[in-house]
Amino acid sequence: MHNPLVCLLTLRHSIAGSREPSYGIAFVLLAGGFLAACSGSTGRSAGIADTHGGSLEHSDSKPRLEVSAPSLSEHQRLLHALNRLSYGPRPGEVARVRQMGLATWITQQLHPDTIPDEAVAPLLRGYPTLDKPTPELLRKFPNNPPPKPIEPQMGPTQNQMAQEPPPERRPFRIIQELQAARIMRAAMSERQLQEVMVDFWLNHFNVYAHKDLVKWMLPAYEREAIRPYALGRFKDLLLSTARHPAMLFYLDNWLSAGAGSGKIGQNSGLNENYARELMELHTLGVDGGYTEQDVREVARCFTGWTIDRPRELGHYIFRPNQHDREEKRVLGSVIPAGGGEDDGLRVLDLLVRHPSTARFIATKLARRFVRDDPSPAVVERAAQAFRETDGDIRATLESILTSPDFFSVEAYRAKIKTPLEYVISAVRVMGGQVSVSGTASDGAFQLARTVANLGEPLYEAQPPTGYPDIATAWVNSSALLRRMTFALALVPNRVPGVWVNLPQLLTNVDRRRSDEVLNRLLSLVVSDEVTPATQAILVRMLSDPKINHALEDDQGLVTTDAETLAALVIGSPEFQRR
Amino acid sequence: MGTCSRRTFLTLGALTVLGLSRLPAFLIRAACAQEKKVRRKVLISIFQRGAVDGLSMLVPHGERAYYDARKSIAIRPPQAGNADTAVDLDGFFALHPALAPLKPLWAARRLAVVHACGSPHPTRSHFDAQDYMESGTPGEKSTGEGWLARVLEARPLIQANPFRAVAFSTTVPQSLQGKIDPVTVSNLADFDVKGGSPLLGSGIEAQQGFEQLYEQGIHDLLYETGREAFDAMKLLKAHNLPGSTPANGAEYPRGRFGDSLRQIAQLVKADVGVEVAFTGCGGWDTHVRQGNERGQLATRLTEFAQALAAFDRDLGDRMEDVVVLTMSEFGRRVQENGNGGTDHGHGTAMMVLGGTVRGGHVVGRWPGLAKEQLFDGRDLEVTTDFRQLFSEVAVRHFGLPSDMILFPKFPVKPDFYPGVMPFSA
Repeated sequence: MHNPLVCLLTLRHSIAGSREPSYGIAFVLLAGGFLAACSGSTGRSAGIADTHGGSLEHSDSKPRLEVSAPSLSEHQRLLHALNRLSYGPRPGEVARVRQMGLATWITQQLHPDTIPDEAVAPLLRGYPTLDKPTPELLRKFPNNPPPKPIEPQMGPTQNQMAQEPPPERRPFRIIQELQAARIMRAAMSERQLQEVMVDFWLNHFNVYAHKDLVKWMLPAYEREAIRPYALGRFKDLLLSTARHPAMLFYLDNWLSAGAGSGKIGQNSGLNENYARELMELHTLGVDGGYTEQDVREVARCFTGWTIDRPRELGHYIFRPNQHDREEKRVLGSVIPAGGGEDDGLRVLDLLVRHPSTARFIATKLARRFVRDDPSPAVVERAAQAFRETDGDIRATLESILTSPDFFSVEAYRAKIKTPLEYVISAVRVMGGQVSVSGTASDGAFQLARTVANLGEPLYEAQPPTGYPDIATAWVNSSALLRRMTFALALVPNRVPGVWVNLPQLLTNVDRRRSDEVLNRLLSLVVSDEVTPATQAILVRMLSDPKINHALEDDQGLVTTDAETLAALVIGSPEFQRR
Repeated sequence: MGTCSRRTFLTLGALTVLGLSRLPAFLIRAACAQEKKVRRKVLISIFQRGAVDGLSMLVPHGERAYYDARKSIAIRPPQAGNADTAVDLDGFFALHPALAPLKPLWAARRLAVVHACGSPHPTRSHFDAQDYMESGTPGEKSTGEGWLARVLEARPLIQANPFRAVAFSTTVPQSLQGKIDPVTVSNLADFDVKGGSPLLGSGIEAQQGFEQLYEQGIHDLLYETGREAFDAMKLLKAHNLPGSTPANGAEYPRGRFGDSLRQIAQLVKADVGVEVAFTGCGGWDTHVRQGNERGQLATRLTEFAQALAAFDRDLGDRMEDVVVLTMSEFGRRVQENGNGGTDHGHGTAMMVLGGTVRGGHVVGRWPGLAKEQLFDGRDLEVTTDFRQLFSEVAVRHFGLPSDMILFPKFPVKPDFYPGVMPFSA
């Protein structure tokens, strides 16, 4: 078996019915030359091989390939993988992945460092706040008026009615550039799975841009706390977010102080906000087996994890004099008195190893990659991978991608696109170019506004739960109409800064033949995966004289309104799914 | 816009004879829309997401323990002539000064307040508690269906109408999940498919194309939502919404909540058939620097009260048909925390506003705030289960049979109604 794709397909069959996967091994063997180049990953894959040592023989034994469950065609598998691991295919991409082999492509996506991505960096230079440290942002984008604690005795006498700075000097600019960069990377980066996972974790560890100081801390939060670990170890993510000023500020932990810590004034008591969400939303899940007492004890452990001069520096600091030094008891474990900063580290350690955390993260990943209501089997499989690899995100993800559920009929097109996924996949499928200007006509600014308009303003989810990842959250009447409106604006290049070259996409198609135009568009936008009903309606529409009309160009030919047709396909029920 | 008449059905019946095997939903609805407008009873549900501090909305100024527990955030007791003190209601309870715009409604006996109200379930998770309250099944997550959806299902048959249930939100709230296909709106003006081919200069045929694509007879969330969307869009256009302006000089505060109530009023006044409307209102999770007579919470309450007062004014006489019910997933801790804020608590306060409401009194048993009177030793006890309140409002306002069970496993007999509504006709 020299073809990795063949291996991938056969592997799927061999897995069905057996709980012994070993995707990692398959990749080492078959995409081996490639994987050998990424030395870091081979070690980890070997780790899995130890655990599931027996499976290798099975996947090579021919009789097990004879499983006759309904399954996806090769074409559907390619499309499915592209729709789940990326923000959707670009023109020609299905063929490209077929040629390189699906397994190889997936392996690459799981190791983003191995994928050249030179085209993106120059685009991001248009957004200079992205790589600026927090103190510099605090200096360059002063809040106006400066945020002040409420001090009633001073009354409303301080009238600081300074003039509004120009848009590029207002603090919102920081968020605008961050949104634009997310759009740009999702649309243009070759490291698609990395971008999908960044979206996943930013949502999992949600912070709200407009809670006072959070927006100045957000570029650093994404850059330092989320991106480096998106396919890494969960433990690192948890610690980096726990310590990050954006999270400390958003969930108020920076103000929390232990009883008897001697602090007075603002920081004079316990604040449970972070402790509760840490367990409910970041690790154990709401039914993960903690009590109200655990919430208080965890909050005590994290007292003193705070921010050094939040309005000037915005760095993490541990302040012993704000910390509760007494003994705590968390989830049945005693945390001895005098632990200081280590108390919090111990809590994170307890949480990462807790079986509820493995299950909770596995559930959320399976919901993202398989279906809204994933089967207990795939959740347990992913949870097991999480536990056995001490929270290795890549390994957990691999266990989902190699599960019988992933390439199943039940999973195929079972997910409704979120607004971000819809907008980006539309731009990608049309081969759209997004301009960077940093002005109002910046294509990514425009697309970010569209995403917000469809209900998902990036970095602006207020509750700590982030945005939901199920269809019912996104399918509603007004948003659906706006998706159609977007399709009608995108194709004829009426989204400023976004350029779609429809004539080029219709190269070699006779525009006088409306059926040819439609066939090309269906192939392009939905890879010919269209219901007979939709196809019939579109074909019927071709007889509408408005779709075929005399074009007042120099040749006076009858031509097909390809723009409207393309917009209809992008706005169709089929393209709402991934 | 009202109940589909026998005559309309006969007309539609004739169409089926003419060979349409399945009547498109939009055709039925369009036919019904031809009928004359009928004023309907409307229930408006406002969810204060984030757990509002009921003890600041409805201040128990006669309670010593309240001032002991809240050194920096208590609201000063009423003082005649001082606008920065609580607004007295009955000598024991008072409104937060930011809620002063509601005092005239109280005086006119159109506003009732229920204190120590909430869910018996002890969860202090926002997400779970909201889910429990909206589904009406504390402790059960698999309900799937919302309490407002059940109310609508219990209503006598009124033919399909896209605006029967409307939510001003980006997603369908749990309250309205169910078999009723609510319409979600964030802005009526955007409720349209705009654009189209520049060659043709109009989006009409594109819009019709989309409509056909979603008109396929598939029972699927996506298709059904698409159909609802086009029906609603056409109805809005037929009524020339959102062109109308607030009546009686009503001025809504700026912001999303005011916008939502203003547009709900537009729909109600236009008689497009709204029976239940929902909107959320956020910003109540005041863990830090909550403020007292002024500050963060006061700012939110100001917008809240101004919007409700404007809504009442805008609707004028139509408030006879309308009840507004406010709710929040739980209240906040009695003791203020170390950051001049409050952590998650238990009981809170809810309000009922409307022309037929038995207003002007504070409803419910007050459990007290002394240490031994608190839930878990820390929080305001719940003495009125939210389901008692919701049952009374829904049953009496809509005239549902009193033995109707709106809350599974929790039948509420009229004896247990808190007493905010008169007997209905």
